[in-house]
Amino acid sequence: MPASVAHTSAPASHHYTTLGLDSRKVAIWAFIGSECMLFVSLISTYLIYKGRSVVGPFPHESWTDPATGHVFKPILNIPVTSASTFVLLMSSLFMVLALAAVQNKEKPKHTRGDRILGNSRLWLWMTAIAGTTFLGFQAFEFTSFVHEGLTIRTNLFGSSFFTLTGFHGAHVTAGVIWLVTLLAIDYRRGLGSKDSLLVDISALYWHFVDVIWIVIFTLVYLIK
Amino acid sequence: MMDSHASMTNLPDSAEGQAHAPHGEEEHAHPTWSTYWKVALILTLITVGEVWAYYIPSFVAGRGFVPTLLFLSALKFTIVVMFYMHLKYDHRLFRVLFTGPLLIASLTLLALLFLFGHLFIKIM
Repeated sequence: MPASVAHTSAPASHHYTTLGLDSRKVAIWAFIGSECMLFVSLISTYLIYKGRSVVGPFPHESWTDPATGHVFKPILNIPVTSASTFVLLMSSLFMVLALAAVQNKEKPKHTRGDRILGNSRLWLWMTAIAGTTFLGFQAFEFTSFVHEGLTIRTNLFGSSFFTLTGFHGAHVTAGVIWLVTLLAIDYRRGLGSKDSLLVDISALYWHFVDVIWIVIFTLVYLIK
Repeated sequence: MMDSHASMTNLPDSAEGQAHAPHGEEEHAHPTWSTYWKVALILTLITVGEVWAYYIPSFVAGRGFVPTLLFLSALKFTIVVMFYMHLKYDHRLFRVLFTGPLLIASLTLLALLFLFGHLFIKIM
């Protein structure tokens, strides 16, 4: 379909740039670009403060409190965070499957596999559940850190760690709320291929949250 | 535009990359469902490799540990952006909107690390 035809057939409420691109999609990419800058500033802060904490607990090393003699173990729990990373990666898969299902809503589904893959509600639910599971892992991690003596006020590591991962968690929370609104629309009137841009924009945001976690997982958790 | 995008998705593998969107060289068909599953498998395998490397003390102590993890992380980042965010298939403007700020942010990160002595220590 030529772009000019798309212009005339599109609802009047949709705005297009002179390149024939939907302005909402241009806006989400510009927003993602600005979010890159936000997260790089937080990651920079974490890296600059890395290894400069005067008191523990520390991320990868044990520490003995000279006042009490209490020994603090390395605080990061790699197996738990690896599991949450896997869940978030899978949520990205579920999200692209949700987008593909919405885009192909009107196509005939002949087999059971086609019907499962074409079920947008299933994949939106799976994505939202995976996102919520990730948040559960993060809540568990934050709670255990506080119980082990690391708060946002304990040392430079605690301040930069909780700020960075807390901001990311807030973005995941916003993403889950966004997914729930899409599900509400789907249950109310059904998402069709005409709504694919709505899902596409939310998917871009969700994948962005995923790629940010890919960077955080390596820089914060794996590199000692 | 939007409808054409929708109709171009999930073509059979043989048609992938051959079909073109209205903008000709600017946009191509999105990947198929099987491509999405394969990408997820690759991402999982890379993550398993990263965590595995973390538990090999001799590798962690060596010089190759940090560059390897940074490379694997960058690889995962690129795969998600290219295939799941469809940047490989979308309009060039979206690539500019994403890579431009990312480049500026990355250079700022390197400059800050240099200013605060982290890169200097590594170089020496």
